Amino acid sequence: MAEQTTATPLNSRHRDLKALMAPFGGWDMPIQYEGIIAEHAWCRQKAALFDICHMGEFIFQGDFEAGGLEDVFTFSVKTIPVGRSRYGFLLNEQGGIIDDLIVFRLSEDKVMVVVNAATAANDYAVISQRLKGGAFTNITDQTGKLDIQGPLAREVMVSAFGEQVAAIPYFKFITMDILGVEAIVSRTGYTGELGYEIFIPADKVCQLWDLLLKDERVKPAGLGARDVLRLEVGYSLYGSDIDEVTTPLEAGLGAFVNFDKNFVGKEALLRQKQEGVAKQKIAFRVSSRRSPRHHYEILSDGRPVGSVTSGVFSPMLGCGIGIGFAAAGEYPLGMPLTICHERVSMEAVVCELPFYDNGSLRS
Amino acid sequence: MAEMYFTKEHEWIKVTGATGKVGISEHAAHELGDITFVELPKVGKTVKQFDVLAAIESVKAASDIFAPLSGKVLAVNEDLDTTPETVNESAEEKAWMVELEISDSAELKNLMTQDQYNEFLKTL
Repeated sequence: MAEQTTATPLNSRHRDLKALMAPFGGWDMPIQYEGIIAEHAWCRQKAALFDICHMGEFIFQGDFEAGGLEDVFTFSVKTIPVGRSRYGFLLNEQGGIIDDLIVFRLSEDKVMVVVNAATAANDYAVISQRLKGGAFTNITDQTGKLDIQGPLAREVMVSAFGEQVAAIPYFKFITMDILGVEAIVSRTGYTGELGYEIFIPADKVCQLWDLLLKDERVKPAGLGARDVLRLEVGYSLYGSDIDEVTTPLEAGLGAFVNFDKNFVGKEALLRQKQEGVAKQKIAFRVSSRRSPRHHYEILSDGRPVGSVTSGVFSPMLGCGIGIGFAAAGEYPLGMPLTICHERVSMEAVVCELPFYDNGSLRS
Repeated sequence: MAEMYFTKEHEWIKVTGATGKVGISEHAAHELGDITFVELPKVGKTVKQFDVLAAIESVKAASDIFAPLSGKVLAVNEDLDTTPETVNESAEEKAWMVELEISDSAELKNLMTQDQYNEFLKTL
């Protein structure tokens, strides 16, 4: 039975480009155009354009503390300076991750929350339930989002929209006029490269796509390349690496949890801090070009210790890389592991994240 | 002249006398996407028709490659260890994977000719 999917405004553009399409998070999305490896390379060397209209956007307007927003996420909203954004989590009472997300401080009393596609409807319901006041609106359908990522992204953006884009530092954004409408241009992304996420009204997103692709330094890239790019720099993918039965502490993402404030799930995390975690995230590098894949088993000394949650062949490293979860214990750098699935077996060693650290992200 | 035969799993074998070179079809290479790894058998290994002969991985998936005919592995294309992308560039020429000594040419009746394979692809 075919999965019911929603089309982004760019669907016919992708089909014209002969993209391979597949369902992702309830949306009909481009997986690749010319090929995952070529698109990955273009993003690392030039500038790649991604249709990210599937992601969810919500607006909260009101008093952050009286409205209850301050206690919703693992980070403080009220201390985000206007014009900056912050990454963190929406947790359940057990400390499990309902979603990972970014909050953009638009003004003194207004934020935009950007969430994953597959989780957006549930996130909106959960957050609404936790709020005590203020106005909370789901603007996903009216909002288009394009990511332009790569070392040439700044030059491309400056050519298209002027010098004001050049000065935006990492995790800061500006509101500016693009194609006669108000758009948000944010120095954030999911690739480890210098880049921008652009939020624009959905009815202008096709025009913006066409405009950016006119620049010969820019090529479209699909979700296939995006997955390789994000794993090379060690970013978690919601639904694969993190989920409702995984806490930020288990996922090695405790840096995005502020224990000096209240949030749902705090008691569970404090308990976990005291008693220790049952599982932990590990990263490993394979000794061949073979790719670890989701659900492959991780063995240490012939003993199963966990399973792979994300794995790819890394073009930058020339070998397979992966992350997974293992029973809590000692996994020192260089420790040998075996990754197994049916007839497939590959040798690997524990390594550090990120796998690839030479991107243009902060340049 | 070498004759080319195909399996339903999209392997080909190019038969020259008592030996044949084996690879995967252009259709299969295209479907798999960017090939990143090819696992080749050891020279001297014997296989039965439709047994696992080799393995291939793309960015998207890992798949087994099955022996189109029974035989013994005479040679493998070691270039694919370092440049597996050759499979995407030249699946039915340069990216041969294994050379087999054919043990029973009567098994060819279980394979498709080029024309039959082309027809088969239309049904997918």
